[in-house]
Amino acid sequence: MPPVLELRGITKSFPGVLANDAIDLSVEKGKILALLGENGAGKTTLMNILYGLYKPDKGQIFINGEEVAIRDPGDAIARGIGMVHQHFMLIPVMTATENVMLGVEPIRNGIFLDKAKVAKRIQEISKQYDLEVDPQAYIGDLPVGAQQRVEIIKVLYRQADILILDEPTAVLTPQEVEGLFKVLRSLIANGKSIIFITHKLKEVLAIAETITVLRSGRVVGTVNAKDASQEKLASMMVGREVNLVVKKKPASPGDVVLNVKDLCVRDERKNLTVNGASFDVHAGEVLGVAGVQGNGQTELVYALTGLAPVVSGEISIMDKPVRHSSPRNIMERGIAHIPEDRQRHGLILTFPVQDNLVLCTYYQPPFAKGVALQQKVILETANKLVEQFDVRTPNVFVSVSTLSGGNQQKVIVAREFSRPIKLLIASQPTRGLDVGSIEYIHNRIIEKRDEGTAVLLVSPELDEIIALSDRIAVMYKGKIVDVLPAAKVNKTYLGLLMAGVKPSEALQEAPATTKETEVERVF
Amino acid sequence: MTTNLVHKNEKKNNLRTRLAAGILLLVAGLAIILLFGLHLKPGQLTTFGLTPQGDKNVIPIPDLVLPVQPAIYVLALVAFFVGGWQLARGIHSTGILAGVVAFCFVAAFLIWAARDNSMDLVGMMNTSLIRATPIALAAMCGVISERTAVINIGIEGIMLVSALASVMGATLLHNLYAGLLAGMLAGMIVAGLHAILCIKFKVDQIISGVAVNIIGTGATSFISNRYMQLNLEKINNSGVFPNIPIPLLVKIPILGPVVFENNIIVYIMLLLVVFLYVLLFYTRWGLRTRAVGEHPKAADTLGVNVYLTRYVNVILGGLIAGVGGAYFTIGSVGRFDKLMTAGKGFIGLAAMIFGNWNPIGALGSSLIFGFADSLQVKMQILKTPIPSEFLQMAPYIVTIIVLAGVVGRVHAPAADGAAYEKQ
Amino acid sequence: MNAKVTQTNPEGSAQKEAPKSEEKRRQMPRFFQVLLVPALAILTGFIIGAIVIAVSNDAVVAAFQNFFHAPGAALAATWRAIATAYGALFYGSFGSITEIFRGIQNYFATGDSKPLLLAIYPFTESLATVTPYILAGLAVAVGFKCGLFNIGAEGQFGIGALCSAFVGYSIHGLPWFIHLPLAILAGAAGGAIWGAIPGFLKGFTGAHEVVTTIMMNYISYRLSDWLLNGPMKATGYRPLTPVIEKSAMLPRFFPDPLRFNWGFILALAMAVFVYWFLFKTTLGFEIRSVGANPDGARYAGMNIVRNFVIAMTLSGALAGLAGTAQVLGIDHWVGQGFSAGYGFDSIAIALLGQSHPVGVVLAAFLWGTLRSGATSMQSLAGVPLEIISIIQGLVIVFVAAPAIIRWIYRIRTISTQTTVLTRGWGK
Repeated sequence: MPPVLELRGITKSFPGVLANDAIDLSVEKGKILALLGENGAGKTTLMNILYGLYKPDKGQIFINGEEVAIRDPGDAIARGIGMVHQHFMLIPVMTATENVMLGVEPIRNGIFLDKAKVAKRIQEISKQYDLEVDPQAYIGDLPVGAQQRVEIIKVLYRQADILILDEPTAVLTPQEVEGLFKVLRSLIANGKSIIFITHKLKEVLAIAETITVLRSGRVVGTVNAKDASQEKLASMMVGREVNLVVKKKPASPGDVVLNVKDLCVRDERKNLTVNGASFDVHAGEVLGVAGVQGNGQTELVYALTGLAPVVSGEISIMDKPVRHSSPRNIMERGIAHIPEDRQRHGLILTFPVQDNLVLCTYYQPPFAKGVALQQKVILETANKLVEQFDVRTPNVFVSVSTLSGGNQQKVIVAREFSRPIKLLIASQPTRGLDVGSIEYIHNRIIEKRDEGTAVLLVSPELDEIIALSDRIAVMYKGKIVDVLPAAKVNKTYLGLLMAGVKPSEALQEAPATTKETEVERVF
Repeated sequence: MTTNLVHKNEKKNNLRTRLAAGILLLVAGLAIILLFGLHLKPGQLTTFGLTPQGDKNVIPIPDLVLPVQPAIYVLALVAFFVGGWQLARGIHSTGILAGVVAFCFVAAFLIWAARDNSMDLVGMMNTSLIRATPIALAAMCGVISERTAVINIGIEGIMLVSALASVMGATLLHNLYAGLLAGMLAGMIVAGLHAILCIKFKVDQIISGVAVNIIGTGATSFISNRYMQLNLEKINNSGVFPNIPIPLLVKIPILGPVVFENNIIVYIMLLLVVFLYVLLFYTRWGLRTRAVGEHPKAADTLGVNVYLTRYVNVILGGLIAGVGGAYFTIGSVGRFDKLMTAGKGFIGLAAMIFGNWNPIGALGSSLIFGFADSLQVKMQILKTPIPSEFLQMAPYIVTIIVLAGVVGRVHAPAADGAAYEKQ
Repeated sequence: MNAKVTQTNPEGSAQKEAPKSEEKRRQMPRFFQVLLVPALAILTGFIIGAIVIAVSNDAVVAAFQNFFHAPGAALAATWRAIATAYGALFYGSFGSITEIFRGIQNYFATGDSKPLLLAIYPFTESLATVTPYILAGLAVAVGFKCGLFNIGAEGQFGIGALCSAFVGYSIHGLPWFIHLPLAILAGAAGGAIWGAIPGFLKGFTGAHEVVTTIMMNYISYRLSDWLLNGPMKATGYRPLTPVIEKSAMLPRFFPDPLRFNWGFILALAMAVFVYWFLFKTTLGFEIRSVGANPDGARYAGMNIVRNFVIAMTLSGALAGLAGTAQVLGIDHWVGQGFSAGYGFDSIAIALLGQSHPVGVVLAAFLWGTLRSGATSMQSLAGVPLEIISIIQGLVIVFVAAPAIIRWIYRIRTISTQTTVLTRGWGK
């Protein structure tokens, strides 16, 4: 029996970059293949080629032994390939039914949409695969987990036999991940084949039968899950011996720097996403806020940095309230912020590196005298920072858009760390970065902590939180559910809290006193 | 894509908005009394003609005669009541209340302006509909284009070109319908140009629209100067579409003369509103169009051809704007003058926004603008003390107020304005 | 510290490893590359303009009807039409070189300056026409730098003109060194207010400045209609203001009828000011940041609303100064239709000059000389001056879509950064 899907020699390059280099891949029918690699390894490019979004420069695709050409997503869908993207391809202002039927709409009376027919079919699929979804719900009103179910139904509605899931667990709690795995096992029991893209080692071993590892656009190797271990996979992914633990000495926390009490904040859609959050952060410690994305972390950070209005509650920094302060005011009090979305919020991409390095301080002496900018001082400072923080750039005049993701993040870090700060708020500081940059950023954060800065780390990557934090807070539906010292951490317990289980009940399921022996650096 | 700019504290905001809205409404009521209710002689009457004179088609009904002073006070009272309620209870649909008070204000104004006089109310309503027609057509062109996320501010230029094309076509071919087709075709071509610039060459949509305006204005003025003033009879004298009364329906009092006794362009506009509404919300094409406008990448991944959808919708919009342009010449005066659209293309965009990118909403807001337009003409006839130039400013001021008040509360298609890049 | 790992980030990385052939193409000096597209855009615009001229010329059309009998005559007629038109254009813009030489000779021979003055008249007229274009172009450029599309330059121009004229004719007995600056300030203030209103609206309500500035234009037309027929009317029938006092006039360099005046120096001074403001001050830094990335600017602590208002106010003030320069320097009174055409012209100039003060000055030179010559083209060659609008619109298109120029001429150039203006309708 030929494999249900086979890729041979797939090569794809973009200007100046070889994203896929002669990749061979094969998937057996009714099995799950995991495609493993760190950020930037070429996984998404490869899958986009399979789904018809890109055209390969070289290589062939075989489905059930027959060579096929996939020119666009329409072709891919026709051949039974369905893709659930990492960033959902759903339209928030439309209902689940409309989203599912887009592109394959049934018609009644010649011109009118037949939504009832689609809704019925959605309910059938829901029952068959245990994917609970309300066909009339607007996507914008659905929680992330439900949105993912709609995406999967979309794919099944089109009778896909080969499902590609791109980083599906990024937005799920550990318990929801288990639920997803159940769905996947049910799918393969029904004869579907699955390609599961991820960078998370634990998951890969839990769900896949075969694992193909990509590195720098090439296949490093294909192993059976039975014969693999986390360490072996990690070294295949990165190409060297990987130190899986962050070395850090214990923290010596000082006074409270940031105190948040009963904070309530609305998001852009007027929902109360932060709903009574309370916590504090001391000097010289890292408080990690764990939680699935969408539970208010983003709005929490906005409120702390002055970018969103506070509905009610108190925020005080060094005992001074900051509820009505402007972002600039807050910055001047010694707050540094590494934003979630570095390209949109952290930098002005078309500006040169030197301008980005003084983006927060340009109006203060010595960078400005009154309204006049002091170009010489700016230039000197920029050069100094570039060297100090090892930013790889030909000079400080090039536009910052020409730098790689890791170097762009270093520019932001350099800028934020170069002024005296009391509190550092880091939001997903290593998102989308390669291992080297991740190591670098983690080390600089610990360094700041050791200097006495209070650090608030917000990240959906539980492993990153566990690796770096001294205390861990779990955020669920806008509230801080519990705060634990890192030494007492138990991933299962955290996972339960992240899913909304109350601390008292969670304690019964997973006593919080055992520390997990494996602490993983996130990939 | 847009930044959230509002920085007010929530709780205070709520109370403050309520207070502000309520006070505003109360002030409107006060204004009614102060502006219109003073210096009135008792026994003054205003007569609103409800049957157009000499109109044999409609069943005649008696005129509406109102005693001025009591009427104005009643209207002011309504405004006070509404304002007070808003202050006390706060209502979610402040828009409706504002509409009610605005109606009171305008009604009071009319009663006052026409005191001791009579005013052909039905005639004015009919004029409002007629004047609203090009605005509504422009708005619908905007709606269909922006629903796929292509901003088209070149509607003004498109309408000028199609106005010229339709009058030339009608004069040369001695047939008004041929002129209408010529106008539609011209609109499609110019819109196609805008589409190619934005979609294929990824020119910034606003710049492209401005360029279309400049070229349209320049070209039509050039042709008008060079050819039209001299050869008036041969190419710039087409005659006008006659009014076509629709049998039976035209007999209905008030509604009949207002709606069912117009020329074909007005009828086309009304039919287009219905057609566009059904198209957008009940058909396959409409679903795909809206998807492309909200999340083109998602639509692309499901096999929808983003580029084709945009091309077709923009060009269809050009056809609609072409009808709008034709209104100015073969639907109105029968010849082309330079710059005769006088900003209606832009007012149409405001109507589109006010109408929340919905064809029916666009019609509604166009009627408001049309009313403002016809009002200023009427005021000049009635010899009100306000200088005519200020009255002529009214539509433009209304547009600004609408934009300022409404932009935050409507939902533009999410991808509006962004060029789509396939990799 | 752990050992450093080499960057391996092929996907999504912007770090380019350019293959060898690209290096060769990059040899073209950057200066040349930046000018190439605008230059070709202008050239293409003129070529298309030439086609329109030929096609609308009666003699050419007649000759082409005989094309198969006398092809040479048809081509000759075409050439003649285009040459006459563009020749008249050139003469109107610059004058005739030979006449200038003769004038110089005459002057040195007889001391009579009149022939020389007449010879340089076209060129000085061009410079006088350039003056308001520099200012109006700067106005739109400043807006662009903040990501705002100020189409209201025409209205701001008109209001500025009216304000400065008012101060100019209604105050008597002031010495020039008080009256003139006062009039200039009044014009700037008038334009500033007219621009600030859409700026405030955009900042506080998100109302898109494209539509609000256009509406302000129409309002200003009606307002000026009323003023010129009413309160500001000079005695007589025609809707225009009284002539301003001598103490408010911008001094001219040469005797009448040459109208070249100190407004030109004012315009150049403002160009220098705008350069300094945008690139050497903190305010300018903020404005450019907001224009380049309003989200990033907000995160960096900048106040978006304040910057919108400042940019639109400055923009309005510059456009108002353009009207002021025209009144105080050239016409000395204001009539109806005073501001016609400056609005869209200034957009073209700002786009052509890439929103940089130096580029704007150069583009304004081009535009002003063209406009100045166009009237000659209309009177001497019978070509309606609206053709300039057509050429202008085409140039805008070509500059905004360099891809078209590259496609026509099969060239590759680096792409210059253009600000993205389109961000939907606000908020």
